[in-house]
Amino acid sequence: MAPLGANQDPKTRDGSGEMLGETASMEKHPAPLTAGNRFARLAGIGVLLLGVVGAFLYLGGWFSPQKLTPAGFVDEFERANGIHSGFRRNHAKGVCVRGFFDSNGQGARLSKAVVFQSGRVPVIGRFSLGGGDPHATDELSTVRGLGLQFSLPDGEQWRTAMIDLPVFPFKDPQAFYDNLVASQRDPNTHQPDPAKGAAFLASHPETARALAIIKSHAPSSGFDNAAYYSLNAFRFVNADGMSTYVRWTLAPVQPYEAGTGASQDKDFLFDGLIASIQQHPLQWRLVMTVAQPGDPTDNATIQWPAGREQVDVGTLTLDSVESEETSPARDINFDPLVLPAGMAPSNDPLLSPRVAIYSQSFTRRAGETKEPSEITPSEVRK
Amino acid sequence: MSARTTTDRQQFTGSMRFLHWLMAAMVLTMLGIGVAMVASLGDYHRLVSIHRPLGIAILIVVVIRFVNRQFSTLPPFPASMSSQERFVAHASEVLLYTLLFVLPLIGWGMLSAARYPIVLFGSLHLFPILPHSVMLYAVLRRTHTFLAYLLFLAFVAHFGAILFHTLIVRDGMLSRMVPWRVRAH
Repeated sequence: MAPLGANQDPKTRDGSGEMLGETASMEKHPAPLTAGNRFARLAGIGVLLLGVVGAFLYLGGWFSPQKLTPAGFVDEFERANGIHSGFRRNHAKGVCVRGFFDSNGQGARLSKAVVFQSGRVPVIGRFSLGGGDPHATDELSTVRGLGLQFSLPDGEQWRTAMIDLPVFPFKDPQAFYDNLVASQRDPNTHQPDPAKGAAFLASHPETARALAIIKSHAPSSGFDNAAYYSLNAFRFVNADGMSTYVRWTLAPVQPYEAGTGASQDKDFLFDGLIASIQQHPLQWRLVMTVAQPGDPTDNATIQWPAGREQVDVGTLTLDSVESEETSPARDINFDPLVLPAGMAPSNDPLLSPRVAIYSQSFTRRAGETKEPSEITPSEVRK
Repeated sequence: MSARTTTDRQQFTGSMRFLHWLMAAMVLTMLGIGVAMVASLGDYHRLVSIHRPLGIAILIVVVIRFVNRQFSTLPPFPASMSSQERFVAHASEVLLYTLLFVLPLIGWGMLSAARYPIVLFGSLHLFPILPHSVMLYAVLRRTHTFLAYLLFLAFVAHFGAILFHTLIVRDGMLSRMVPWRVRAH
């Protein structure tokens, strides 16, 4: 008679017929295995378990170490710029802003997203300079970024990370990564190897074409009179379920003025933004460019043809500025695929990698001690 | 009638078996998605969009399973198991239930601490359950990974134990949980 298990119901002992039948079946031991048979079965179990572990490791990319991963990508940023504790791995230098977005309702025919219904939603954001050095010297030629988070009344969010370039120089994450590697500074000369840069451009004609477009437009004199672009295409879905592909632009209401080459202070772009926003609220019009069938939605290096329909969907107003050290925007990951219902990713191969890499950078900096920002609270109050 | 009762006692109840295999499918999918997404660039967004609602679904199912278990009569352990084996089997059940409850909760908590919107489907999203703290996020994010690997190891041990009982000991342990009905005789 087998011992009773802890969870065996003793009541059934009374039902004699049942218990006898069960005991009989439980005590019917199978014939013993031969040594060879037992070994073969054990080996089979081992193979099955190894298979499960192998499949898990395979999915985790353990057998393809050459494959580009979010961690590998962020490692490359860290190699290029060093690790600056608590800072973003790219667009490390920044200052935070607040304001609101007034929707004029025109966007509702493109997207059912709550943000495009008429009305005002609060916005928090961050202006930044491209590159991983949080104390870099401001230069007109450095890429400028603007990350925004729109908080919608139903609890949804729309986050976007834009830059002041009308096209992106790289069509996919591999090209971006290869360029990072090619522009690595030589440890002796402290300069990138021009031969490597030339080789990269020769093998990436789309980058050369995008750079020509970018260079045809002189950078504006400040953050406040620059236009910011979504770069990637997004799919909008309206209340009737109709899909449209769009790219958006934040067009400055402040008049464009080309930057001058005159020697400037280390933080002149940020100081200019602070002075400007403290004089009067800054405004941008949010303009949707609507794709025609056939316009590429999967290649951010190419502009859509001129003359595409432009829909002005409302005005962004930024009326206060504060240091990263005191703003909650420091701790926001401006993940471009945090989208409200009615906005969805396109097939652009940059979008998902952007999310993965931003998330990796966010996770690394989240756990680090936060060092003081270049633009300190006292600098903003000056 | 007596044969029917015996059958019921040899096997877990129908609802327990259904919930077990439902959970097995969800958890294996989840482990695969989880380990793949952290190494993925192009598929990251698609995978994470499944990972979040599936995690919440697992949290709901584990609660249903736990409650259902409290109201069910469990079949006895096979007679072949020693008291030590029974202790280990019971401890591994506790570990698995705990991980299946805690892992989604930590996932929800870490997204809350980072103030990510926790989107389930369309505009449906969950409320945050922890205060905004990126340091807390960082700790929970690491814990999530650690416990996920522990869950995978617990699954491998669970799978190995059932294979051992089925192929070597041959005590019919698997028949207690198979989706179909198994008669005792």
